[in-house]
Amino acid sequence: MDDSMKMCSENVNFFYGRQQALKEINLNILPNKVTAIIGPSGCGKSTFIRLLNRMNELVPHTTLTGRIYLDGQDILMPCVDPVEIRRRVGMVFQKPNPFPKNIFENISYGLEVNSIRNKRFIEERVVESLKKAALWDEVKDRLYDSALNLSGGQQQRLCIARCLAVKPEVLLFDEPCASLDPISTRKVEELILELKKDYTIAIVTHNMQQAARVSDYTGFFLLGELIEFDKTEKIFKAPEDHRTEDYITGRFG
Amino acid sequence: MACLSWKRGRGPSSCRAQFLGEHMARVKEKLYEWIFAALAFSSLVFLIGIVWVLCKESLPIFSRVPLGSFLFGKFWYPTYCPPEFGILPLILSSVWVTLGAMVVCVPLGVGSALYLNEVANFRQRQILKPMIEILASIPSVVYGFFGVVLVTPFLQKVFSLPTGMTALNASFILGLMATPTVCSLAEDALSYVPRSFREASFAVGADRWQTLIKVVIPAAGSGISTAIILGMSRAIGETMTVLMVAGGAAVIPKTLLEPVRPMTAAIAAEMGEAPMGGDHYHALFAIAFILFIITFVFNIVAEIISRRFRIKLGISR
Repeated sequence: MDDSMKMCSENVNFFYGRQQALKEINLNILPNKVTAIIGPSGCGKSTFIRLLNRMNELVPHTTLTGRIYLDGQDILMPCVDPVEIRRRVGMVFQKPNPFPKNIFENISYGLEVNSIRNKRFIEERVVESLKKAALWDEVKDRLYDSALNLSGGQQQRLCIARCLAVKPEVLLFDEPCASLDPISTRKVEELILELKKDYTIAIVTHNMQQAARVSDYTGFFLLGELIEFDKTEKIFKAPEDHRTEDYITGRFG
Repeated sequence: MACLSWKRGRGPSSCRAQFLGEHMARVKEKLYEWIFAALAFSSLVFLIGIVWVLCKESLPIFSRVPLGSFLFGKFWYPTYCPPEFGILPLILSSVWVTLGAMVVCVPLGVGSALYLNEVANFRQRQILKPMIEILASIPSVVYGFFGVVLVTPFLQKVFSLPTGMTALNASFILGLMATPTVCSLAEDALSYVPRSFREASFAVGADRWQTLIKVVIPAAGSGISTAIILGMSRAIGETMTVLMVAGGAAVIPKTLLEPVRPMTAAIAAEMGEAPMGGDHYHALFAIAFILFIITFVFNIVAEIISRRFRIKLGISR
C-alpha cells in the first residue's frame, strides 16, 4: 500500500449470510481529501463505509474477507481493538442520533467513555467541538437543554461535534443529509469542506450534486462492485465506464 | 362499465331488490359496530360496577370507626368483643412483603432482561424467553404449595424459627412470581432503545459495557421503572400465595422473619366467616377498596412514566 493513503481497502468481500454485498473492493482514501461514494440504493456503499470503522461487526451473521488499512496498519487483524479503531475513525449517521441527554453531555460522552475525567479539559473540548461544528452560536445559551429539542439540522451538527470531540483522524459520513432540508444540507456541506483541512473524510451520498460539490474523489458503486474511482471532476465530466455515465446522467438509479 | 349496463338491462324490480340488499348490508354493518362497541365498553361498565360496590359496601364501617383510626389503628381484632378495626398491621405486612419481593424480583427480572437483550445470542434467547414466560403461567396456588413444602422447612431450619411461614418466605415466592412480569416488560423497554443510540455510542469509541451503562440503561430507565412498578402491583395484589405462606399473624411485623397477614390474605381468609352486612364484613370491603386504590395508583404512575419514556425515545404509540 502507498504511504500517501490514509485508509485503503484491498480485495474486500462482504457477505450478509450467504448474500454477497461487496465484491473485491479496492479503494483508497487520501488524507485531507473528501472521498465520496455514490451509487443507487442497495449497491453496498453504506455497507462499505461501515467496514472502515468496523461498525458492521455489530450485525450478526456477516463475513468479511480482504484487508482494510488505516495508516498502513491492517485494522481487521484479530489483535486490533475495534473500540480503538472507532475512536480514530468517527462516524456520522444517516439519521441524526443524539442521545436523550443534554447538549453538553452529548458531546462530553465520547470523552467520558475514553476515560477523560478532567472537568476543565472536557469543558474546553466541548466548546471547541461545538465551534468546529458551527453550532456554538446557536446553542451556547442552552448547553443544558435536551439535545432532542434541536432542529434536525442542528441535531446532525451536534452529532458531528460529538464525533469531533474525541479527535478522530478520519470522519465517515453515511448519507448525512438524507433527512435534512436544503438549508441544513448546505450548512453540513460547508462544514464538511471546512473540516477537510483537519480530517480525512469519506461520505456516502445519494445525491450526486452533493458529491460533485463537496468531494475531491468519487467512487461509483453498483451491485456491490466498485465500477469506477477517480477524481470527482473526471467522474462527473468524463467517466470511463458507460454505467457510471448512465447513472450520473440520470438514466437509472 | 360493462357491469353497469348489465344491471340497467334487468329492469326496475331487480333494481329495488338491489337497493334492499344494500340497505340490509348497511344495517348489518351498523349492527356489528354496535356489538363490538358494547363488548369493548363492557369492561368500563364492570370497572364502574366494582368501584360502586366497593364504595357502597365499605362506607358503613367508617360510621363506626373513623378513617384515621381504621388506617392507622394498631390492632386488628375484628371478632373480639368489642372488636378493633385497625388495619395498620395488614398494610405494613403488605408493604414489607412487597418490598421484600422487590428485592428478589428486581435483580432477577431486570438482570435477565439485560442478559436476554444485550448478551444472549439468538438460540439462548429462544430457549430462555419462553422459559421465563412459563414462570408467569404457573398457578399461584402451585407457588404457594412450593413455598409451604420447600421454603418453609428451609427457613425454619436455617434461622431456627418457631415457624417458617414468614414475611421472608412470602417475599421470596412473590418475588419469583413477579419476576416474569418485570423481566418481559423491562426487556420490551430495552428493545425499544433505538439501535442508532448504540451505534452513536460505539462510533465515538465506547465499548459494549459503557454503552449499556451510559446509554442503553438510562434511555430505557423509565421503561424499566414502569416494569418494576407493575411488578409491585402484581406482588401487592397476589392473594393465594401469601395466604398459604405468610403465616397469617395480624400483628405489626418487626422483622421479615415473623409471620404476617397482608391485606389480600386477610380478605381471603376472613370473608367466609364474617357475617354478611356486619362491621367485619364492611371492614373487609374497606380493605379491598384501599388495595384497589393502591394498585390503581401504581398503574397510573406506571402509565405516566411509560408515556414519558415513549416521548423520550420518539416512539409514538
